[in-house]
Amino acid sequence: MQATRRSILIVLSFACVMMAGRTALYATPAKVRPPVDVKHLILEHLKDSYHWHLFSTEEKDIGIPLPVIVRSRERGWFFFLSSHLMEKEEYEGFYIAGEGRYEGKLVETDLQGQEVRPFDLSITKDVLALFFSCGLLMFLVLSLAKWYKKQEVHGKSEAVPSGLMGVMEWFIMSIHDGMIKKCVGKDYKRYAPYLLTAFFFIFLNNVLGLIPLFPGGANLTGNITITFGLAFFTLVAVNLFGNKEYWKEILWPDVPVFMKVPVPIMQIIEFFGIMTKPMALMIRLFANIFAGHIVILALTSLVFLTVAMGPVINVSMSAVSVLFSVFMLALELLVAYIQAYVFTMLSSIFIGLSRQGSHKVKTSYAVETNKK
Amino acid sequence: MDLMIPDSGLLFWMFIAFGILFLVLARFGWPLVTGVVERRNEKIERALADAASARKLLATLKQQEEKIMQQSRDEQTKVIEQTAQLRQQLLDEAREAARHESRLMLDRARAQIEKERDMAMQEVKAYVATLSVAVAEKLLKKQLDPSVRQMDFINNLLEESAKPEA
Repeated sequence: MQATRRSILIVLSFACVMMAGRTALYATPAKVRPPVDVKHLILEHLKDSYHWHLFSTEEKDIGIPLPVIVRSRERGWFFFLSSHLMEKEEYEGFYIAGEGRYEGKLVETDLQGQEVRPFDLSITKDVLALFFSCGLLMFLVLSLAKWYKKQEVHGKSEAVPSGLMGVMEWFIMSIHDGMIKKCVGKDYKRYAPYLLTAFFFIFLNNVLGLIPLFPGGANLTGNITITFGLAFFTLVAVNLFGNKEYWKEILWPDVPVFMKVPVPIMQIIEFFGIMTKPMALMIRLFANIFAGHIVILALTSLVFLTVAMGPVINVSMSAVSVLFSVFMLALELLVAYIQAYVFTMLSSIFIGLSRQGSHKVKTSYAVETNKK
Repeated sequence: MDLMIPDSGLLFWMFIAFGILFLVLARFGWPLVTGVVERRNEKIERALADAASARKLLATLKQQEEKIMQQSRDEQTKVIEQTAQLRQQLLDEAREAARHESRLMLDRARAQIEKERDMAMQEVKAYVATLSVAVAEKLLKKQLDPSVRQMDFINNLLEESAKPEA
């Protein structure tokens, strides 16, 4: 009974925070409110930006200014805080582009009078969130490692961690033993560090993305750049250490000769296979997280969309919106785990396949998986 | 559309941040954690195997103990049976010996009695013979008197000789 009451309290307070945050963000001081541009609102939340917006007061937006690092092709390196861009429209010849090809990005006008993008290494919202999550993950794992070392020094090498450390140990080992060991096969030890890093990086960022307050809330794993980076690492891990058998399967597969020479049909198909596997990983993770964020934000937008329909509909729809948002957040928590799991598992399987022996081994592997 | 195009700046920082994260954790994080847990699992497995073998040993020992106990119990019953048998045998033998002895004694006594009687008979016979001789002597002394008187005389003699016996 008490637990139920507490959970209701948590849900309510959470909803209040969400509603308060959103309301503050988009309430305009004018009496007559302009219609809410939901598409713009949602995309603004999902995209990267040059400063980290926290909340808005009646007069101005409060946020964290972030360093902008750009190299103009004609004028060299520039280094300044993004608050300069917020105060004035333009700073040092740079401004944030409106509609068009570079929407939301920092641009400059070159000597020919054309809008061009400088080489941009700014610490944006996503970059800061990336640093934060990497730091957090590093801290968590290293503190667990440190704990073990400390126990060993004290001569209690058999000590088992409890609390958060115990949960972390269980989580790490469940991925390590339950997935990596089984999917990669015999040289799992070599790949375990990368796969564990990838899993916990994705999982942590998925969860942080669901937390609407700073330093969470950045849509990192729903950003194609991040998933592209992860997929690239998997591509490297699969192909860099692929054995002779793997390359033979690609360059000279067991098919009738006319399919291999003079027109290398099979080779082209296999080469596309190399590319499409990580590509699918990239799109899958991005689309899942991105879509989840869109749904939650759209449900939250119901509160503001229904303001024009009068207080009765507005209040009832707000309640519905909060209920659905909570449901979606719970679902997204599940998705956060599943997508991290799927990405890592498929990476493990691709790696495992690139380290397989001859056909016979492959067949036995297939039989084994079929049995399962 | 720009959602689908990777951003070069973010990608740059992604490679750096993820690379550092990977290198640090691969060097100081994951191997240590997984190593410790794997060693612990091995230890637990070994301990479990040891416990199982110890249990097995204990069971065999118990079985052996049971067997030895059973053997000693069997032995005990056998010894008791043997003792009882032996006692019976000894008793029987003693009884037999006693019976034999008593029979021997009886026989000897009977033989003695027989002998005594024979000796008595012998004496009686000797006495009768002596008597007869005396009677004959007396008869010879009287020598052929008238027959009636002779007959009386014989009768007298006989009566006379019979008297001490009566």
